[in-house]
Amino acid sequence: MQFLPVAGQEDSPQTQQPDEAGIVELASLAEEESSGEVCCGGPAPSRSTLFEKPGYELKGYVRAFLRKDGDDIPLVKTKLDRKDHRQTLLARLGIIRDDYRVPPGLYGTGSPGADSPVLVTANYKLTFDFVRRELDGIDCWLLVLDTRGINVWCAAGKNTFSTDELVRQVENTRLAGKIEHRRLLIPQLGATGIAAHHVMLKCGFRVVYGPVRIADIGDFLDNDMQATEEMRSVTFTLWERFELIPVELYIFNKKIWWVFPLLFFLGALTPDFLSLADTWRRGLLSSAAIILGCTSGAMIVPLLLPWIPGRSFAFKGALTGLLLGGLLLWVSGAGPVEGTGLLLIFIAISSYLAMNFTGSTPYTSPTGVEKEMKGAIPLQAFALVAGALLWLAGPFI
Amino acid sequence: MKSFRYLEGVATIRVDRQRCVGCSMCLTVCPHRVFTIQEKKAVLVDRDGCMECGACATNCPTEAISVSPGVGCASLIINRWLKGKKIGTGGSCC
Repeated sequence: MQFLPVAGQEDSPQTQQPDEAGIVELASLAEEESSGEVCCGGPAPSRSTLFEKPGYELKGYVRAFLRKDGDDIPLVKTKLDRKDHRQTLLARLGIIRDDYRVPPGLYGTGSPGADSPVLVTANYKLTFDFVRRELDGIDCWLLVLDTRGINVWCAAGKNTFSTDELVRQVENTRLAGKIEHRRLLIPQLGATGIAAHHVMLKCGFRVVYGPVRIADIGDFLDNDMQATEEMRSVTFTLWERFELIPVELYIFNKKIWWVFPLLFFLGALTPDFLSLADTWRRGLLSSAAIILGCTSGAMIVPLLLPWIPGRSFAFKGALTGLLLGGLLLWVSGAGPVEGTGLLLIFIAISSYLAMNFTGSTPYTSPTGVEKEMKGAIPLQAFALVAGALLWLAGPFI
Repeated sequence: MKSFRYLEGVATIRVDRQRCVGCSMCLTVCPHRVFTIQEKKAVLVDRDGCMECGACATNCPTEAISVSPGVGCASLIINRWLKGKKIGTGGSCC
């Protein structure tokens, strides 16, 4: 075993030495007494630990370091703190979603040893947080693949959660020297990107497919790594669908804000040119139709998915669009031509966005999605154009 | 996922009975449980439940399963259409 600081060894506090298991707890370092008189802002904070190296940042989720074979392996906390929760919310809203990642490599939880299981996961921070949260009280290794900050399922589809990346990380982290068994626990939804028999050929590790949901990992490990049918089946509960909605809305919002000034401008084109009352009413009503059309397709359809009739998403979206759009225009008392126009626009938007939700579900096949799109997109385009023309013509008829 | 059913009669998945060695890897990885083992061979019992993720084909040691795999995502398919109608590699989703 090798220790880093040579110069100033006498300065190095006793607790920076690892315990019997080779672990240095960071919390114990922070608690160390600080010396010197109290000046401004109370006593001086504790000194930097030897794990804080120039050019690197010590992450808040690291609890301790395990010194093994010349490597310092970060052991992570299994409780999320306030910052993690805040970041989760921002990622869900799509605000920090694009570059929200942890460095790939080997981590651990608890006090991992030579027989501890090796869990493989993605380097999307949201995924990483959900995984470590479920590992409370479990000693295991966590091998994080470089999936470019994307979750396991999507990364497997993009082939970044892949056989080659897995083999690369096994070799880079010198995993074989740290454990005695030769098993890698892969989340089942990663199977799209991993060929178990190729992993065995390339690095000699046996792939064991774990449960779909990390929440089942404790039971899976207790059950001798046998998964029940339930653990192997994907679900799409109301809560799981709800979590996806903010991103659906946020992505769309970025693209459409410019529409609203345009609607008020076009709303002014009536026989009483530039009548303030007409402009206001028509601008407001058409904006409401668009906003509620988006809500219908990107929010109502995902939430009520199993209860809306029909198999095709475009159809489901058109149906909710017809009902909600009809309700809006009935309440607002729009004229027949103008009202029909807005209803068509409403239905087209709702149908299109509902169709786009296929990408967020775990049960739509690409062949099926392509089939429904070929039928739906021409109709959506027709409804949008016809609706816009009717809405513009309304005041003149 | 019996509560969620998508379009019927479209899934491209096929199992080659001759090649199948009955290792049951496809049963393990399938997130929609569309396989079963009958007479030591994998059999499709719920073809319409298949979402064509390709996990079974990727993990089949004898290449007995064929499926045109991909992501069932409308925006991905639109991007592909816009960039010239090639199905398969390329194109990014959400």
